[in-house]
Amino acid sequence: MSMNYFTRLTHISLVLASVLASGAYAEMDHSNHDSGAHEMGQAQGGKAPDNARDPHAYSDGFTLTEGPYALPGPRQLRLADEHRFWAIIGDRLEYQEKSESTVFDLQAWYGTTYNRFVVKTEGDSVDGALEESSTDVFWSRAFNAYFDAQLGARVDTYDEGENRQWLALGFQGLAPYWFELDVTAYLGDDGRSALSAEAEYELLFTQRLILQPRIEINLLGKDDPENGLGSGLTNLSAGLRLRYEFSRQFAPYIGVEWSRAFDDTADYLLAAGEDKSSSQLVAGLKFWF
Amino acid sequence: MNRFSSSIPSPMSRRRFVQGIAVGGVLAMTPSALLARETTNSTSGAAPELTGTNIHLEIGQTPVNFTGVTRMATTINGSIPAPTLRFREGDEVTIRVTNRLSVPTSIHWHGILLPFEMDGVPGISFKGISPGETFVYRFKLRQSGTYWYHSHSGFQEMTGMYGALIIEPRSGERHKTDRDLVVQLSDWTDEDPMHVFSKLKVQGDVYNFNQPTFIDFTRDVSDKGLKAALSKRQMWNQMRMNPTDLADLSAATLTYLMNGTTPSGNWTGIFKKGERLRLRFINAASNSFYDVRIPGLKLTVIQADGQDVEPVSIDEFRFGPGETYDVLVSPDEECYTIFAQSMDRTGYARGTLAAQQGLSAPVPALDPVEWLAMQDMMGAMSHEGVRHDMPMAGMDHSNMAMDKMDHSNMHGGMAMDHSMHGMQDRDNDPLAKPSTSVNHARTEYGPSVDARVDTPRTNLDDPGVGLRNLVEKGLRPHGHKVLTLADLTSTDGVFDDSRIPEKELELHLTGNMERYTWSFDGLEFGQSTPVSLKHGQRVRIILQNDTMMTHPMHLHGMWSELETEQGELRVRRHTIPVQPAQRISFLTTPHDLGRWAWHCHLLFHMDAGMFREVVVS
Repeated sequence: MSMNYFTRLTHISLVLASVLASGAYAEMDHSNHDSGAHEMGQAQGGKAPDNARDPHAYSDGFTLTEGPYALPGPRQLRLADEHRFWAIIGDRLEYQEKSESTVFDLQAWYGTTYNRFVVKTEGDSVDGALEESSTDVFWSRAFNAYFDAQLGARVDTYDEGENRQWLALGFQGLAPYWFELDVTAYLGDDGRSALSAEAEYELLFTQRLILQPRIEINLLGKDDPENGLGSGLTNLSAGLRLRYEFSRQFAPYIGVEWSRAFDDTADYLLAAGEDKSSSQLVAGLKFWF
Repeated sequence: MNRFSSSIPSPMSRRRFVQGIAVGGVLAMTPSALLARETTNSTSGAAPELTGTNIHLEIGQTPVNFTGVTRMATTINGSIPAPTLRFREGDEVTIRVTNRLSVPTSIHWHGILLPFEMDGVPGISFKGISPGETFVYRFKLRQSGTYWYHSHSGFQEMTGMYGALIIEPRSGERHKTDRDLVVQLSDWTDEDPMHVFSKLKVQGDVYNFNQPTFIDFTRDVSDKGLKAALSKRQMWNQMRMNPTDLADLSAATLTYLMNGTTPSGNWTGIFKKGERLRLRFINAASNSFYDVRIPGLKLTVIQADGQDVEPVSIDEFRFGPGETYDVLVSPDEECYTIFAQSMDRTGYARGTLAAQQGLSAPVPALDPVEWLAMQDMMGAMSHEGVRHDMPMAGMDHSNMAMDKMDHSNMHGGMAMDHSMHGMQDRDNDPLAKPSTSVNHARTEYGPSVDARVDTPRTNLDDPGVGLRNLVEKGLRPHGHKVLTLADLTSTDGVFDDSRIPEKELELHLTGNMERYTWSFDGLEFGQSTPVSLKHGQRVRIILQNDTMMTHPMHLHGMWSELETEQGELRVRRHTIPVQPAQRISFLTTPHDLGRWAWHCHLLFHMDAGMFREVVVS
């Protein structure tokens, strides 16, 4: 029991450390870039200096509902900063040619600018039957201009194998030079831990013809033989998708996806008579509304 | 929220610049339009004109068709634009506004000094006008000039609720003219504005189809070499800033209107050769800055925001939502095109001045899209920071704030109280000039703010991105003059308070394009507290723009009197455009007690939170 507790603590620290390290990297100080950047110093992010201006200094203690000439009753004027919005974003909904599978990678969010409820789900199905899926449910909170911290849980389902549940902690956002990052660390039962990281980039050939390189890696802290996964780097996949945006919200694409399993995960695959790496053509749809 | 309605739009159609097919837009006049005492006046633009001291306006819904698709507009007396109201200075006017909508509405009299209960901002000046209710506005006109009026509720202004408001001076017009035409520019979207807004929340650049591409990059590489091509992009990419983020909404969703008429509808103002015309330009757009010119005609600007300025002869001017300019022209040809391209160069509003109906002059091509420059990102920089591949127009290096940064005497951003009332010692009074030390609010370091400017520029002589060095680029004829704020000087007698301010406030305009949020000091309206001003007190307000967009800042209930960085009063405005990385200051003396709105007049920026209350007590 206490040993288990200790293992978990170690894992939590590891998870936190990796998340913070990645976040810190993403928002790295700009000072080591070229001289032009150096001029700007702290144009973005950073900590407020002690003598930073008080944004309420001019209010004389009045508020939007208190003080002279305030309308009686509760505040009536509420602008979009207090509204909740939502979106459903289909990053990938595609058919993979060699595995004859349909892959989905969807996100949905609901909330304000800074606090959102987020669901991310991805998986694949063959002949209409779900082979495997993983679904994250997060409370997502902005922690700087470009990144949200995300805290929640994940459920993995396997058609053949054992389903897994995880606690999840990660961050998602836009790194300098326009890289979309999504990194999450996971803690499961029996001392399981995992880390998954995704990066995307958009290369605009024209305003509508866009190439999207994408890379994803998954790591596991402990062997999971029931699901054919080994500890360490389990798999890495890289894709190139060329889409045409009929509208910003509706873009069919074609592309290639290469993936490879590593270490013990590769051995499990080989033992099952499958290849440890594969590359295949994909065709699909990117959309949001 | 009806968000599915256009989630999968018909390919292409929405992306092309819509020139429009309908001439006027309004399909049917509601009976309410007949209630008002109309005087049909062909010289006052497309809108009917109402005069007198007793006016009745009805707010309703009217079907319109600007693009080939019929949509419901929110209208005043059934027309777009709303009726032009023509009043006389000194009169007390009574305006009854009846709400025939199913939702609350309001009318704000833009730029008019009046008691705050009459200002028409729901939730601040009054409760708003409920469905079926009639609200009676009554106020005395203490000024003259060209103004306008519009809804201050939700996005009603964007769906058609705007009209011109002209107040004739009691002492007669300063400039005699033969004809008087209102040229009211606006924009229209077939989409539900709330849907448009929510799309921006998902993807801030959803309507930007002028983004830098890989093809542009390869062209730059072959023209200038790899190093130059990379360095041109380095800062933008590192900071995740888009150099073509010139407007949140583009012709991908907007149709640009002149007097409620699409470009193909070609609104035409008639004149007789040899006449002198006064054109009252009003930017009533929800989200569009316009660059206006009339090829072949010099424009003599005589008023800005309804207030007399020393006449200045120019060829082109930019103005943002909320601003007005009155110009004189003396046409001697048969016809001229009034060309108003949107600042992001995706489309234009267009009309014609002609000696008779049916004539039209050539319509200029849209200018190429220009990237924001380094001074839009960083303001005034040290010379080492100047990138030679960047356009540096409009920068007066001798005037840069940097040079004076050393002897800043402010700290902590607290309002500095004047300790020597009555002593008007301009040489020694620290408040004689605006302070130059930049004080960011502590709330500018969080998720609401994507960038801060430490070295703002204070020059007023920059026409702004897309209007710099037009002659050198071969886009305009030799001698072409574009109006800048530095060219505007109020005429003698406009300013009635020459005191040195007793107090200085500094606020920053902030935002985050990725999250699509806009604010003062990083605090959206819902998080903010009011700015408290004392009745009759002379106050300086410094606005520093930490964003990369130009914001037309409109302060209700009192004038914004723009000054130079040397503290010289220049021009009285009600709406001041603040360019990216610019730090401007204005003085005001509030004479009317109450609570007032102060906001960016880009409607979406206002609604996103770039909005403050001002309490005068």
